[in-house]
Amino acid sequence: MAALQRLQPVRRVAVSGGTHGNEMSGIYLVKHWLREPSALQRDSFSATPFLTNPLAIERCVRYVGRDLNRTFTKQFLNSKAARDEPYEVQRAREINHLYGPKGSAEAFDFLFELHNTTANVGACLIASAQDNLLPMHMCHFIQTHCTPGYYPILLYNLPDQETYSISSVAKHGLAFELGPQPQGVLRADLFTQMGALMACALDFIDLFNKGTTFPAFEMEAYRFIGSVDYPRHPDGELCAAVHSKLQDKDFLPLRPGDPIFQTFSGEEILYQGHTTIYPVFINEAAYYEKKIAFNKTEKCSLSIPALQRE
Amino acid sequence: MTSCSVVLEAPVRRVAIFGGTHGNELSGVFLVKHWQKNGAEIQRSGLQVTPFITNPRAVKKCTRYIDCDLNRVFDPDNLGRKVMEDIPYEVRKAQEINNLFGPKGSDVAYDLIFDLHNTTSNMGGTLILENSRNDFIIQMFHYIKVKLILNKLLHIYFYMLLKDCIPVQGLNYTDSWAKHPVGVEVGPQPQGVLRADILDKMRKIIKHGLDFIYLSFLGEEFPPCTIEVYRIIEKVDYPRNKNDEIIAIIHPCLQDQDWQPLNKGDPIFLTCDGETIAYEGDSTVYPTFVNEAAYYEKKQAFMKTVKLKLTHALSPAS
Repeated sequence: MAALQRLQPVRRVAVSGGTHGNEMSGIYLVKHWLREPSALQRDSFSATPFLTNPLAIERCVRYVGRDLNRTFTKQFLNSKAARDEPYEVQRAREINHLYGPKGSAEAFDFLFELHNTTANVGACLIASAQDNLLPMHMCHFIQTHCTPGYYPILLYNLPDQETYSISSVAKHGLAFELGPQPQGVLRADLFTQMGALMACALDFIDLFNKGTTFPAFEMEAYRFIGSVDYPRHPDGELCAAVHSKLQDKDFLPLRPGDPIFQTFSGEEILYQGHTTIYPVFINEAAYYEKKIAFNKTEKCSLSIPALQRE
Repeated sequence: MTSCSVVLEAPVRRVAIFGGTHGNELSGVFLVKHWQKNGAEIQRSGLQVTPFITNPRAVKKCTRYIDCDLNRVFDPDNLGRKVMEDIPYEVRKAQEINNLFGPKGSDVAYDLIFDLHNTTSNMGGTLILENSRNDFIIQMFHYIKVKLILNKLLHIYFYMLLKDCIPVQGLNYTDSWAKHPVGVEVGPQPQGVLRADILDKMRKIIKHGLDFIYLSFLGEEFPPCTIEVYRIIEKVDYPRNKNDEIIAIIHPCLQDQDWQPLNKGDPIFLTCDGETIAYEGDSTVYPTFVNEAAYYEKKQAFMKTVKLKLTHALSPAS
């Protein structure tokens, strides 16, 4: 097994809510923490809460000009201000200035992003890739220490793909994705659960800063491999809905021949792949325009080496 | 009791089915679009059934509305406004719909309109009644309910708006000017999401509704019946601070409990600090539209209703 790995302590931590302005758990938690910051304070650091997309939050929409959480790439972060650019491009540069710059030594140590989905993913923990040890240990800590629940881990980055989400601005990051919750709705159960996740994650950072050794472990995770669009008419209109047997079955195995869609005329469409996959983000409201009915993932086992601060 | 026929002076023959009055309530949007392409299942011999998308721009943007809520502008003032450039899109649309399917109150108006809606609340299948003396609709609701229960499809609720509970201007819903307006509300379904199970429920409600209209058209008589309805009595807003910001959430004990009795002392809200706020009313009410996404801006956390029975051809009985 790989030797103990060492990382710098984590001092500068930020928590972003409202990256999508209609995902309410994070918005209301951050607003609450802005009024009462004590919940984000630990012996070794204090996390800074901030609202990511104020204009979208005010209008209760996902975004105003373009999806902010696909805008933290070199192309946009290095762009010059232009009069007709989308609001989110300007906001991404601002956030990069405040909490980055992305990839630099001055960047924040850790950035959390808080999201909701209309899909039945439970309390999903999303990291870019397994090679960033700190978030992987944090996920494991949450799975073993947080209130009993289902905390599947999703690795979203394809090999060699540039990271694009807000947490990629900091040195380390993790997203909490809680669902199902409709856009524009705040449910008490998810609000409470997201608060508990955050508390647990901050406890982990505090223990890490204080020198705790986190032993090596094996874990299961789901790795993003692609997406499936809805069946459409030639004019682009949907001609089928997600099949009722697939609806709400996020992270459960989908085998070749299983039904995935049902057309409005009553026909079933079956999954044509050759291997078992694990669909996630099934029937997410925001993904209709992205032409995604669900994302495909594969289940993998990871060996994570032990970790301690430098 | 004498034989109570529901046959009216002229039978219900022209029926419209509206989808997309709110552009992000997708069951109606996709059912209507499907029926526009392939309408065999909604046609009944002798009836004229017209599926129609009421707010196409909101449908395209997948948003509730563009300028203002279409489902609140069918009043004489808005319908009478002169078309000018700055007139809200939905007011223009309301005038168009009034011309196509009305005019409101006239002889040429459509006889019956189904207006298809979704809610994020856990309300199941709900039919909205706007007039407690509409015998035809009461009979239709009873018919739909019996058919659905018989086929173990779903339980259905009847939600009553009464003119005397809506302040001054009367009812201004998209369908409320038809002789027989029928709101169909099925949930829970997030905005911008199409669920196969919810679509199926709505489809079956419409099927049985059309069957009833068809049987009436053929002259079938229905015996007197009684239905149980939930009548709206009051809206309840979220607790707010001085800046008008919401400071408490629907309590987990109330969330998803639409139509269930709420008694004095039962929790209704949970503050962000974790405190419970209890219901203080003296009488039992039945909350509906609990935590509906579109009602945050309307300052409604839920609606209080009371249960009562309606017997067709008679005034509301207790």
